Amino acid sequence: MNIALVIIFVFLLSSLFFGIRAQKGKDMNMEQWTVGGRGFGTIFIFLLVAGEIYTTFTFLGGSGWAYSKGAPSYYVLAYISLAYALSYWLLPPIWRYAKRHKLVSQSDFFVSKYKSPVLGILVSAVGVLAIIPYLVLQFKGLGIIVSEASYGSISPAAAVWIGVIAVTAYVMISGIHGSAWTAVIKDIMIFFVVLFLGLYLPFHYYGGIQPMFEAVHAANPDFLTFPKEGMSISWFISTVLLTVMGFYMWPHTFGSVFSAKSASVFKKNTVILPLYTLMLLFVFFVGFTAILQVPGLKGADGDLSLLRLSIQTFDPWIVGLIGAAGLLTALVPGSMLLMTAATLLSKNVIQVLIPSATDKQLPRIAKGLVPVLSLISLYYTLNGGDTLVTLLLMGYSLVTQLFPALLFSVPARPLVNKYGAFAGIASGVLTVAYVTIAQVSVGTLFPSLPAVIKDLNVGIIALFINVVMMFAVHLITQQLFAGKEESMPSEEAHQPVS
Amino acid sequence: MKAKDWLGFVPFIGMLGGVPFVNRVEPYVLGMPFVLFWIVLWVIITSGIMAVVNRLDPANREEERG
Repeated sequence: MNIALVIIFVFLLSSLFFGIRAQKGKDMNMEQWTVGGRGFGTIFIFLLVAGEIYTTFTFLGGSGWAYSKGAPSYYVLAYISLAYALSYWLLPPIWRYAKRHKLVSQSDFFVSKYKSPVLGILVSAVGVLAIIPYLVLQFKGLGIIVSEASYGSISPAAAVWIGVIAVTAYVMISGIHGSAWTAVIKDIMIFFVVLFLGLYLPFHYYGGIQPMFEAVHAANPDFLTFPKEGMSISWFISTVLLTVMGFYMWPHTFGSVFSAKSASVFKKNTVILPLYTLMLLFVFFVGFTAILQVPGLKGADGDLSLLRLSIQTFDPWIVGLIGAAGLLTALVPGSMLLMTAATLLSKNVIQVLIPSATDKQLPRIAKGLVPVLSLISLYYTLNGGDTLVTLLLMGYSLVTQLFPALLFSVPARPLVNKYGAFAGIASGVLTVAYVTIAQVSVGTLFPSLPAVIKDLNVGIIALFINVVMMFAVHLITQQLFAGKEESMPSEEAHQPVS
Repeated sequence: MKAKDWLGFVPFIGMLGGVPFVNRVEPYVLGMPFVLFWIVLWVIITSGIMAVVNRLDPANREEERG
């Protein structure tokens, strides 16, 4: 066992300790478990909302994208800061409504606004469907980090098992309180690690940031700007807009909004959070530095660039600290994802389908679902293969389809009825599923169009169909059911899952 | 929508709308290729705009007074 591994395990055990201690003296009912009794102030909300951004995907994937794709990686910086700006207008009304109606999940919001439990089942299905690949991604990243930092002495599979057991334990015991405390340690660690790596590595190998970029530019003149075709400027703009819309539609991000103490917490955070995204800049610097220093990482192996370069440069104890920070970037979001999926399934699916389940049984059902979800994700982590990126992109496109129905429900009276909301989400989700499975892009649909349009993110089409269906069905049902209430056929709710 | 709410569109227009005109490597600013610098600059401006929006928000002042 080397020093790097020792450091990683010390961090794992201490985060486990803090996570479990966090629930002391609190009656862990559903409101405490999932939304921390709505008592989190500016700093915790900052860490929870910001914390979910700095996941393994940013840590490994951010440098990996800079390494293998170049300029298109800048999109991450743009969409996160714009999403934070949007939160000033979007989150306070959601929070106020949630507090008044004692909501604990994203689906609750749709159920309450549109007065339709069936819509809640659909929204939960979309949410869980999107969460599983995201969890798999975190577990996979965790495996890469621990196994790389052990210099190969621990296999990725063993590393994944250890991490999954830890995260499952503390989610079951502490719920969101555990995530909040681990997020504190994580964000301090990641801040210093990323800052250090992003400055040290380019200076060490090139004598500065600009010489590093100049060397990359000399080796590949097209790498530091957006290409004319493919991931071009129109790809950049459409993808940023779509991901900004999808940002708060992730059920776990939406859910963490409920844990705030007041609406002004979000408003204050909108000033600091965009600056916080600048940390990503240093992640990019690492990726760009790695291009000429650890050449030859192809495809998904680009995600290894940060760790490979660190191992090549530093003593094992520094690699240990980097590995520990990376481990925490998997644990915190992983725990939020697990908890959210369990809440959605227990409260918005099981309790609707089996109304005899009481509020007392609910937390127990939710906690019982945590290990089940862990094991499902674990299975896909170990057996998933290359489909991971496809799944993640699909996850983001899926949750984005909830945005129109959410946006139109923010006014005191929703602008569309529940049938419209249901039809919009369902058609959007089915389009995404079709497009992903059939590997369609705007370019393959309309090959004769100019590149500016062909490169648009295909999610735009799904969103367009979504909005059109939403209004069409709203207008038709408005006339049909004028005045009388009818329940929706429930079998439709299961369609998007298949 | 009040005047301060319209400010919310400025970061979107600046960051996304500007990119087609600045998609080049030179000149380097603060060591960064120009298009990357442009995005970074707008991240900072976004933060500044949100500070102004927060200041102009009467709801925030009431809450501080208690």
